[in-house]
Amino acid sequence: MKVLELQAVYVMWLREMKKFFRSWSRVIGMIAMPAFFLAFLGMGFQSFQIQGVSYSAVIANILIASWGLPPNLGPVESYWVAKIAGSIADVVAQSLGLNYTNFLAPGIVGMILLFASMVAGLSILWDREFGFLKEVMVTPVSRLSIALGRTMGGVTTAIMQGLLILGISLFMGVKVNVPTGLSLSAVFMVLISTSFVCLGMAFASRMTDFQGFMLIMNFIIFPLFFLSGALFPLSSFPSWVQTVAYFDPLTYGVDALRTTLVGIGGTMPLTTNFLVLIGFTAATLLLATYLFQRSEVD
Amino acid sequence: MSAIKTHDLTKKFKNLTAVDRLNIEIEKGELFGMLGPNGAGKTTTIKMLGTLIKPTSGTAVVWGHNVLTEKDEVRSNIGIVFQDPSLDIRLTGAENLDFHARMYGLSKEKRKKRIKEVLDLVELTEHAKTLVIKYSGGMKRRLEIARGLMHFPHVLFLDEPTLGLDPQTRRRIWDYIKKMTSEEEVTAIITTHYMDEADFLCDRIAIIDFGKIVALDNSKNLKQAVGADVISLQIGDGEEKFLELLKGVDWVQKITEHDGLIDLNVQQGETKIPEIVSLAQKAGIRIKSVNLREPTLEDVFLKYTGRTIRQEEGGAKSLMKERVRSVERRR
Repeated sequence: MKVLELQAVYVMWLREMKKFFRSWSRVIGMIAMPAFFLAFLGMGFQSFQIQGVSYSAVIANILIASWGLPPNLGPVESYWVAKIAGSIADVVAQSLGLNYTNFLAPGIVGMILLFASMVAGLSILWDREFGFLKEVMVTPVSRLSIALGRTMGGVTTAIMQGLLILGISLFMGVKVNVPTGLSLSAVFMVLISTSFVCLGMAFASRMTDFQGFMLIMNFIIFPLFFLSGALFPLSSFPSWVQTVAYFDPLTYGVDALRTTLVGIGGTMPLTTNFLVLIGFTAATLLLATYLFQRSEVD
Repeated sequence: MSAIKTHDLTKKFKNLTAVDRLNIEIEKGELFGMLGPNGAGKTTTIKMLGTLIKPTSGTAVVWGHNVLTEKDEVRSNIGIVFQDPSLDIRLTGAENLDFHARMYGLSKEKRKKRIKEVLDLVELTEHAKTLVIKYSGGMKRRLEIARGLMHFPHVLFLDEPTLGLDPQTRRRIWDYIKKMTSEEEVTAIITTHYMDEADFLCDRIAIIDFGKIVALDNSKNLKQAVGADVISLQIGDGEEKFLELLKGVDWVQKITEHDGLIDLNVQQGETKIPEIVSLAQKAGIRIKSVNLREPTLEDVFLKYTGRTIRQEEGGAKSLMKERVRSVERRR
């Protein structure tokens, strides 16, 4: 690759980083939802059984999720609420011999990786809408470099948010395997993030404005999230739903994160998870770069 | 080598021909203008020359490189200042310039120096570290011009550079463009629908309508080709005598009387006024007032297309008004 191309990849990445660090309030807003999930679901499922969950508990879970906790609490208040709720959930659950929060935390990491990555990938729409894409496309830099730089920027910011949530869960008493588990999980985090940034980019390359954005949120991002076993084990689903869940790449991602980070709740061997994710990442990478190179500038 | 040369450059969208077999040759260092109403094909032409869209047929060579086969080379030699904003509003002015320069491979020292130079040119030095989201419309446009110059382009395209700006800012931007072409040795191609802009800035003007060039020359020649200046005279007694005299003058092309005025169609009216005055004096006729009206680019456009540009815009607006009026009548 020419020096110019490498420079371009770097500067596209740098731009994402600068904008990320300048929008602290937005980051905290994005972190708030998973943090609440972690705290309140942990609290709500004190007597959670890993094998077999009561139907009413599942209903309660769906109600909490769809209520959509408003992030109007400031960061300090949310932190204390989360910490207290988490501590209570922990003590009670541990006294019952189980720890749902431990089971939940990797799922929540998977959640933020999914959301942050898709949003990062879709943010090309902003560039197109505000005209910045034209500027980038008229330079002598190849579209491939532009796509790669953006992808790397999205992956970096998504993983930073994932690690932030992981940090929060450590505060709540989740026992994470450090350092071996954490380092191994990093591989999977990169794969999950890259594939979903690319998926977001692929969608955005075909969209002309923001109208499809809500559709994608509801019909793609949320189903991917709920089917992945992030919140409760797949075995609690009816069998036909389980089959569908095995087509969800995030399922393998969350499974791997569970195995590496907390050592419980993983149902598949790491190699399976790895192979599926590598395949999905390669596919989305090719799709995204192909579609991006062919997309209209405005 | 000319800066730009096109041969039958054409762009068709489904059943609309936006640009129809365009043939132009633009010299190095020229300030070239494309004047025409909205939808004439100016922006489409710029996009083709800037390698953003592919021509349907025909060729264009920009700074010695073919826009179809040597895209990257073309892009390294040109800059484009778009009609719609294309800055990253969440970065600062300097960061936008720095980003741009890196995408063109400028070294660190060159970048730093160049950022200072271009900011100086457009007088934005004190706002360099401010986020672009805080810039006014005029400041954003100036920054875009500065950015277009960052990588020392040989050719700079400016698409409606003063659209939507107030008169003072427009004036300043014209000054920057003039300064830039002389200091930087840039060939500038400007598209506009503002007559005064084309008149003030451009060495040569191409009048474009429905994707075709209907006239191409410098401003003076275009106006002269339209024909006459009009000298309007108001005289005291002796009108009959004066008219007889004037009929004998061979450079008076046409005489019209209306509203107590005598209109004379002449070439280069500014040189003919003294002659008329002395003619009248010798005949003892008193001239009460003289008015000279020179043809404008509006007249040029009217001559070649049968419409004025203002009429063109008014067309869409008055249609809207009609619709609104008819709805209100029904109520």
